[in-house]
Amino acid sequence: MSDEILKVENLDVHFRSSASIVKAVNGVNISLKKKETLGIVGESGSGKSVTATALMRLLPKGIGSIPNGKITFNGKDILSLSDKEMRDVRGNDIAMIFQDPMTSLNPVFTVGDQIEEAVRTHQQISKKEAKLKAIEMLKVVGIPEPEKRVKMYPHEFSGGMRQRVMIAIALSCNPKLLIADEPTTALDVTVQAQILELMKSLQEKNDTSIIMITHDLGVVWEMCDKVIVMYAGNTVESGKVKTIYDNPLHPYTWGLLESQITKNTLNGNKLPAIPGSPPDLRNPIRGCNFADRCPYAKEICKTTKPEPIEVEEGHIVSCHFQTKSNRLERKELVYIE
Amino acid sequence: MSEVVIKVENLKKHFPINEAIPFKKSTQSVKAVDGVSFEVFKGETLGIVGESGCGKSTMARLINQLIRPTEGVVEFKGKNLATLGSKEIRSIRKSIQMVFQNPYASLDPRKTIEYLIAEPLVIHQIGDAKSRKKRVIELLEVVGLSGYHAERYVHEFSGGQRQRINIARALALNPDIIICDEPVSALDVSVQAQVINLLKDLQRKFDLTYIFISHDLNVVRYICDRIAVMYLGKIVEIGTYEELYENPKHPYTKALLSAIPKENPFDKKERILLEGDVPSPVNPPSGCSFHKRCPHAMEHCKKDIPAFVDLGKTQKVACHLYS
Repeated sequence: MSDEILKVENLDVHFRSSASIVKAVNGVNISLKKKETLGIVGESGSGKSVTATALMRLLPKGIGSIPNGKITFNGKDILSLSDKEMRDVRGNDIAMIFQDPMTSLNPVFTVGDQIEEAVRTHQQISKKEAKLKAIEMLKVVGIPEPEKRVKMYPHEFSGGMRQRVMIAIALSCNPKLLIADEPTTALDVTVQAQILELMKSLQEKNDTSIIMITHDLGVVWEMCDKVIVMYAGNTVESGKVKTIYDNPLHPYTWGLLESQITKNTLNGNKLPAIPGSPPDLRNPIRGCNFADRCPYAKEICKTTKPEPIEVEEGHIVSCHFQTKSNRLERKELVYIE
Repeated sequence: MSEVVIKVENLKKHFPINEAIPFKKSTQSVKAVDGVSFEVFKGETLGIVGESGCGKSTMARLINQLIRPTEGVVEFKGKNLATLGSKEIRSIRKSIQMVFQNPYASLDPRKTIEYLIAEPLVIHQIGDAKSRKKRVIELLEVVGLSGYHAERYVHEFSGGQRQRINIARALALNPDIIICDEPVSALDVSVQAQVINLLKDLQRKFDLTYIFISHDLNVVRYICDRIAVMYLGKIVEIGTYEELYENPKHPYTKALLSAIPKENPFDKKERILLEGDVPSPVNPPSGCSFHKRCPHAMEHCKKDIPAFVDLGKTQKVACHLYS
């Protein structure tokens, strides 16, 4: 497994709040190869972004902690690195794009300054070379007239162009892994299509691995090879994208797939929806996190946590009733008033 | 078709810029809505789609006169709202209610749910304290919450529940029409489906008319009877959802629809990628405002503003390709 670039084993992330401990992420496993794209999907509060922040070791000090787990990146144990060593990894080997391009750029520096800063932090090059590199990067991400644009400020750019600048910053040091946290959520569909296209072509060129965090399954079908479905801090199902689409096994994944509106959803029919809302993670949950909303839940689901089981090669499900020998029978769609 | 509830004719809203500079007369303006005409029939859902900045939300606010138009006519049941005084408008707003995008910002965190839902009743002086309380509990049940929620505060509710509260509040005055400005954009998919189902149920139950503004093309397709596509303050195409999605005519509509992400990993999509961004509404391009990004742009697209062309039943398109 020499081309495996990132391996995460049993990662837990806890947050300390005044009254209790919030178990934001429980036992997440990730295996990512070179040039692969992994999607992490889930609703808000499911722990997708926290997982990404933990990979970068950017959890807030004193509040967020990683009590269990191992993160191996490119053969290095990320959790045992010193702060200084970690700074070298960040930006250089692993880079991140955030959701909101309107707030993640500094409004008082020019776009060029901000790209140069990223380059000069990690590479020993002169200011002049850095400037040329900034222009080159803007050209790479498809911004017209880069020589003129480097001298401009973020407010002079549109949302799509700012996200391109974010990508330019992230890719300026040729990272091996790019973590994109909802990179297109704040953008219009036409611009989203442009940005996804750009990310794909840059991945092709630079052999980057991508972790794509999103709540939009359409983006996953578009971009990813593998996908992890998260619910309330747990991985409920993971596997190849095509397997998850063709043969989803976890009741939550069923609900998620069914509540998507597609062109086959008939106008006028009712939409299937998952009843209720996600649990409050401040209160410890003894059984399966999804038990309260699951139409198939039985007594065991409320008392015992399901273990992840590899039902087929590479397809892992955490459900008491979906094992190698036993399968749940999928019921008719549920309609909620 | 049935009765026309809202009729909009050549509606314009120009926001002047430079207004804050003293002694300097404003010479330029943002043409947020620039000559829009359409009709909304009783009991239907009209969708308005478009990219951010195309004037969707300004449109919504113009219809119930939260902002006054620069030019044009908004007719509600035959009455031109643009010429009415603020007192009369206020009483008409009873019939035209709104649900806004962000349920985390549109509810006052210091007030109880009862207060929030009863507020429209208080403002319009309907009923006494006792009957209002009864109405609040009734409304909560209509939107799928329970009577005991009335004494709680906003922070105790999830996003989907908050949007239900907003809907209950909009229903309080028995409106004829509800303008939903991106009502499900801030919600997660599984919750989004619940709220959409609720909106559909209520429409049937109370014979409501919706104007549904959204940038999510799949949601619009599912919930709307007719859809208007806006670009830079103008409607470029309007028609039923079948006409528009099965047979889009305007190059912009085509590009917009092709940009919807795949529906499954096996989907092979032909994509029309638009170049660049939406031009500034301060200086919209001459002629057809889409000509700079249009793959079919011709010489006279730069000069002449295309007029609406009727294409059969209800589909209309503003494009020189069809004139």
